[in-house]
Amino acid sequence: MSAAVEVEALEVSLDRTPILTGVDLSVSAGEWVNVVGPNGAGKTTLLRALLGLVAYDGKVHIEGLASQRRSVRAQHLAYVPQSPVIPQGMLVGDYVLLGRTPHRGVFAAESATDCRIAAEVLERLDLDGFGDRAVQSLSGGERQRAVLARALAQQAPILLLDEPTTALDLGHQQDVLDLVDGLRREQGLTVIATLHDLTLAARYGDRVAILSEGRVAACGPPDGVLTVDSIAQHFGAHVKVLRDSDGPVIVPTATTTAHATSAAPDGRGTAQNGDHS
Amino acid sequence: MRANGSSGAASANGVQLQASALRARALVAGVAAVVIAVVAGLTIGPAGIAAHRVLLELADLLPGIAVESGLNDSHKAIVTEIRLPRVVLGLLVGATLATSGATYQAAFRNPLADPYLLGIAAGAGLGATIAIVNDIGDGAGVFDLVPIAAFGGALGAVTVAYLAGHIGGRSTASLILAGIAVASFLAACQTYLLQANADAFRRILAWLLGRIATSGWAEPALLLPYFLVTTAIMLRYRRALDVLAVGDEEAAALGLEPRRIRLIVLLAASLGAAAAVSVSGLISFVGIIVPHAIRLVFGTSNRVLLPLSVLFGAAFLVLADLTARTVLSPAELPIGVVTAFLGAPFFVFVLRTSRREIW
Repeated sequence: MSAAVEVEALEVSLDRTPILTGVDLSVSAGEWVNVVGPNGAGKTTLLRALLGLVAYDGKVHIEGLASQRRSVRAQHLAYVPQSPVIPQGMLVGDYVLLGRTPHRGVFAAESATDCRIAAEVLERLDLDGFGDRAVQSLSGGERQRAVLARALAQQAPILLLDEPTTALDLGHQQDVLDLVDGLRREQGLTVIATLHDLTLAARYGDRVAILSEGRVAACGPPDGVLTVDSIAQHFGAHVKVLRDSDGPVIVPTATTTAHATSAAPDGRGTAQNGDHS
Repeated sequence: MRANGSSGAASANGVQLQASALRARALVAGVAAVVIAVVAGLTIGPAGIAAHRVLLELADLLPGIAVESGLNDSHKAIVTEIRLPRVVLGLLVGATLATSGATYQAAFRNPLADPYLLGIAAGAGLGATIAIVNDIGDGAGVFDLVPIAAFGGALGAVTVAYLAGHIGGRSTASLILAGIAVASFLAACQTYLLQANADAFRRILAWLLGRIATSGWAEPALLLPYFLVTTAIMLRYRRALDVLAVGDEEAAALGLEPRRIRLIVLLAASLGAAAAVSVSGLISFVGIIVPHAIRLVFGTSNRVLLPLSVLFGAAFLVLADLTARTVLSPAELPIGVVTAFLGAPFFVFVLRTSRREIW
């Protein structure tokens, strides 16, 4: 598989504070990579660098292209920000059509094709009939789907999701990630997502990259990356890592009970003890 | 899947989706408002000229049409050399101020923004005050230096505010704060000049309160090129301003250059407003009230708002001027008094009756 995103020795400083100090990451076309890491590790900054929203040193190739022009990148990368700005009074239809901006030029009106694509996306995300409603009138889950719809309307092959499950309840978290997974399979999308929830990061996607102190500290299949040791080292967290057939389950342990042994949640799993370091 | 062929509308498995666009009904309403305002502005006045004769006289002015209005020469002169230029100036000033206001609100993503936000009013006021107290003009006539001084002051104030705002940071908030600082400083200078020159107080106050006064066609001719150029630029960016509504970060992720777009539209809006202010004085409220009333009735999309601001802004100011010159006739009220006195209750009415949530 060819690399959809190729990052080498990426360095970003914000207000002269180094945030990323040499990130190397290669994501294949059609792959889903979750970027995890403690607060302030630079997860969002990494996505912003990919989008060309911050100045950087190092190599960032998007589908083989080195161009830093935003108008070029916007045709290859669709972005779902962590806290999208919801414009007052804007209708869902118009909001999703914003995703067509990279294809229509600054001054042009939407074509019938743009509207058809937006209508299809709305239908695919079960938002048909929402086109005439104001975005801010939607519930949290609907709103997240509307933002995702805008990104899909961009028809970019690579989808960047910044904490897509923040502010959603457990059911809606699953809904959104299942939806992304389904779309990825249907449309062959490449997905790079930042996630706080390590168990979700392990359940969805192919690989997990731990971003810590401005670098990718570990990257690979969840089983190998999300270990008690690595989580303790990079997150400063006391956890147990349970294994079941779907991958690791990360369970926080209260510091006082970190030494207690644990049992697997069901007959299939095996428990990995939390204090073996 | 089928596209229904017409631009801006499509269906996917029967799901209809249309982009917000200027609908014919809204456009007709805007044009009708302008026509009503123009006819009222031309036919109502102290000379008591019959309305149908005024309209015939106007038709006679059109190329290729020759009709006899039956007006005597002095009445003809009142219509074509006094009322008509004044109505045209009202159209131009109202359209420019309303469109600039709508553009400022979109560019700053702030409903309280108006064309005077970056110090245009204070700069123009100081420029005009300097000109008046130094007796280099009396605020009337095309070769008068008061409009030129006001124009220079307005542009100088915006320039300083823009530069200062970008030194302090790159957010729109720092730009607004810089505008407030510049406006306060210039207002202080102007107050000092007023205190030191009490004899010029009345003339300065009259200028500050604004008026649509013409001496023939000079003022409309002065403003027309600014109106055409700046309005064309603002309208051209109406769709880009809709994208900017999701904030700079997301607009940039969609491939735009938000800061460059903001600079261009603010330059156009400021230039237009400065030109309008220099010929008409400080007419307040138009740049806030007209765009917000349109948003409440027709929606918030800039592709609807900006064209309608041109039309309704023009109509609103002509009607306001008509009120200003008739209500105390033969004396004239400052038009700024009328725009606030009529505009505020109307705005509250629209606010109370609209079901749209736009703020």
